[in-house]
Amino acid sequence: MNIVVCVKYVPDAQGDRAFEADHTTDREAVDGLLSELDEYAVEEALKIVEAGEGEVTVLTMGPEDAATAVKKSLQMGADKGVHVLDDAIAGSDSVATSLILAEAIRKIGDVDLVLTGLASTDGVMSVVPAMLAERLGMPQVTFASELTVEDGSVTIRRDNEAFSETVEASLPAVVSVTDQINEPRYPSFKGIMAAKKKPVETWGLADLGVDVAHVGLGASWTMVTDTQARPPREAGQVVTDEGQGGEALAQFLADRRLA
Amino acid sequence: MFELTQDHEEFRQLVREFATGEIAPHVDKWDADAHFPTDLVPKMGELGLFGLNAPEEFGGAGTEHGGFTYTCLAIEELGRIDQSIGITLSAGVGLGINPILSFGTQEQKERYLPDLLAGKALAGFGLTEPDAGSDAAASKTKAVLDDGDWVINGSKAFITNSGTDITSVVTVTARTGQTADGKPEISAIMVPAGTDGFEVEPAYRKLGWHISDTHGLTFADCRVPEDHLLGERGEGFKQFLKTLDDGRIAISALAVGCAQRMLEECTAYSQERTAFGRPIAVNQGVSFQISDLAVMVEAARLLTYKAAWLKDEQEAGRRSVAEVKQAAAVAKLYSTEAAVTSTRIATQVFGGNGFMEEYPVARFYRDSKILEIGEGTSEVQRMVIARGLGLPAR
Ligand SMILES: Cc1cc2nc3c(=O)[nH]c(=O)nc-3n(C[C@H](O)[C@H](O)[C@H](O)COP(=O)(O)OP(=O)(O)OC[C@H]3O[C@@H](n4cnc5c(N)ncnc54)[C@H](O)[C@@H]3O)c2cc1C
Ligand SMILES: Cc1cc2nc3c(=O)[nH]c(=O)nc-3n(C[C@H](O)[C@H](O)[C@H](O)COP(=O)(O)OP(=O)(O)OC[C@H]3O[C@@H](n4cnc5c(N)ncnc54)[C@H](O)[C@@H]3O)c2cc1C
Repeated sequence: MNIVVCVKYVPDAQGDRAFEADHTTDREAVDGLLSELDEYAVEEALKIVEAGEGEVTVLTMGPEDAATAVKKSLQMGADKGVHVLDDAIAGSDSVATSLILAEAIRKIGDVDLVLTGLASTDGVMSVVPAMLAERLGMPQVTFASELTVEDGSVTIRRDNEAFSETVEASLPAVVSVTDQINEPRYPSFKGIMAAKKKPVETWGLADLGVDVAHVGLGASWTMVTDTQARPPREAGQVVTDEGQGGEALAQFLADRRLA
Repeated sequence: MFELTQDHEEFRQLVREFATGEIAPHVDKWDADAHFPTDLVPKMGELGLFGLNAPEEFGGAGTEHGGFTYTCLAIEELGRIDQSIGITLSAGVGLGINPILSFGTQEQKERYLPDLLAGKALAGFGLTEPDAGSDAAASKTKAVLDDGDWVINGSKAFITNSGTDITSVVTVTARTGQTADGKPEISAIMVPAGTDGFEVEPAYRKLGWHISDTHGLTFADCRVPEDHLLGERGEGFKQFLKTLDDGRIAISALAVGCAQRMLEECTAYSQERTAFGRPIAVNQGVSFQISDLAVMVEAARLLTYKAAWLKDEQEAGRRSVAEVKQAAAVAKLYSTEAAVTSTRIATQVFGGNGFMEEYPVARFYRDSKILEIGEGTSEVQRMVIARGLGLPAR
């Protein structure tokens, strides 16, 4: 089973995230890291391969520093990495992102399963997996909270508020996983040392045969036209219970049409 | 010369993430309950923290990359979040694993090391006795050979990691006879947990290190097979002296973690806390103390990693034991005294809050004092340094 895991390099959600003048993410402002939600996809891939055989390749598209996301995945145990790096990519929307990732997956070749996180922690659109599946002509099963593979098929459990669904798809397939599926491992000392010797390829758009005209801010179908920081939360209202506490709470909810 | 490389920094980052994610959220409760988190130990094992300087044969990381420096980095970073967890690793490796690794037979190594290196088990080393600490040669615990067994009688005091649910063995020093010149012959004997006659006393009530496991041990006609001797008969004293040199550097690293944390806490708090309408940090009476703290952290870190580097170089045959011994004592003395000073400064900068358990500086204040005592008191370090300088002893 050969697995490609798409891993995105995102600004640390703990830091003060900011936007550039053109409303794209300011990737210099805070340290970046492997999107935490993608760690679940890496962990799941490692578990599948450890239980059977095959190779885990991690794929990222992003700036120079996105190599950190690949490195972290290799330290966790992935076998090799691919980093798509090209100045022309900057500002790409999800349509362009999925085009580039799909071409990279084709070039990696011989792929049985493509795993992604449930959403990036910066863009948070959750659409890349579906777009990827469409472009690759593979079935897509999303939001897996449990995953098993056997005999050319993948079965997942998707939890909704009211019920859980079991969905099966033939391989190769694109599967996005949730943060309920496993507990991602920390890299080990040996993992850190071993990662230094693992192969990482860096590809430009020319290597993928992707036309520069189809990617980047200029080619994007969508454009973020304005970004505004959310106003800081205002102090809450403190209700001191002097016998009328319950009433005051009920009134508070009623005033806001919450009850 | 020594330096911390990018590999070292990446490893430091890993341990920091682990400590922040797996330890920090729980320490308050563990400390209040004096709870030893048994489940954490195998997780530390999975990271490889117990085997950084051990051969791959038993599950370690190999011995060619200068593993002692990595061990110190791990201790510092764990200690930055909680000193008790730092000493659990330090004692686990330095007192538990290393004596077996250095002096054990192949059979003893195969029996104990795989689980110890994986963090599935812990081992202790019992030297100190109720009436013999700094003067370890005064120990009274006795072992005599009888019918193919060592029969041990006596007691040990303050033994770290000796009574956890996963403690597999405690190595203890005991008198096994007399040398030709009439001095006590001291040997080290491995006593598996649960051996008849080996009793682990209830945990001590301690000023600090509440999360660390410390017990007194008693031996009443405790029998272990003759092959449980660790290394050569009569070598117990020499073995433990060697063990102590490493241990002192490790404690020094633990002290760096403490002082580093105090620096971070003070830097943040002194800018947030206002008095007389401005942040307390604008008062030089406050900021100069924090400046001094920064100097101590830097100096302590340099002494510690210089000593760790010398130790790795000595393992590779490039430096002498005497050099390491001196550097270890110098580092331990300076860093631990700096750490105690750092917690005193920090609690002062925090004012009344510094005395409250809601703020971590209070816990570090309680935890730091032992640093000047364990693995040789500050006075003992000064004795070692004076001897190293060639000054006459009494
Ligand atoms: C604030 C903000 C708003 C945006 N709004 C829009 C918008 O309205 N429309 C639009 O088209 N684009 C938008 N973008 C751009 C979009 O985020 C990026 O194009 C992104 O690469 C794809 O979308 P996503 O990050 O939301 O990914 P998601 O679809 O949320 O990601 C799901 C999974 O796909 C994989 N993946 C995603 N990106 C990469 C990558 N670069 N490398 C490897 N794997 C990856 C990961 O496994 C990830 O877990 C916005 C970006 C930001 C920061
Ligand atoms: C929490 C904890 C964990 C420990 N873990 C272990 C362990 O795992 N294994 C183990 O074997 N031991 C352990 N110890 C014991 C520790 O190493 C000893 O407590 C320490 O070496 C000091 O010995 P002592 O307590 O007997 O003090 P003493 O030797 O009684 O010293 C009392 C005071 O006299 C001073 N003093 C003594 N002799 C001289 C001298 N010649 N000149 C000047 N001053 C002198 C000392 O510096 C000290 O200030 C632990 C102790 C504690 C508190």
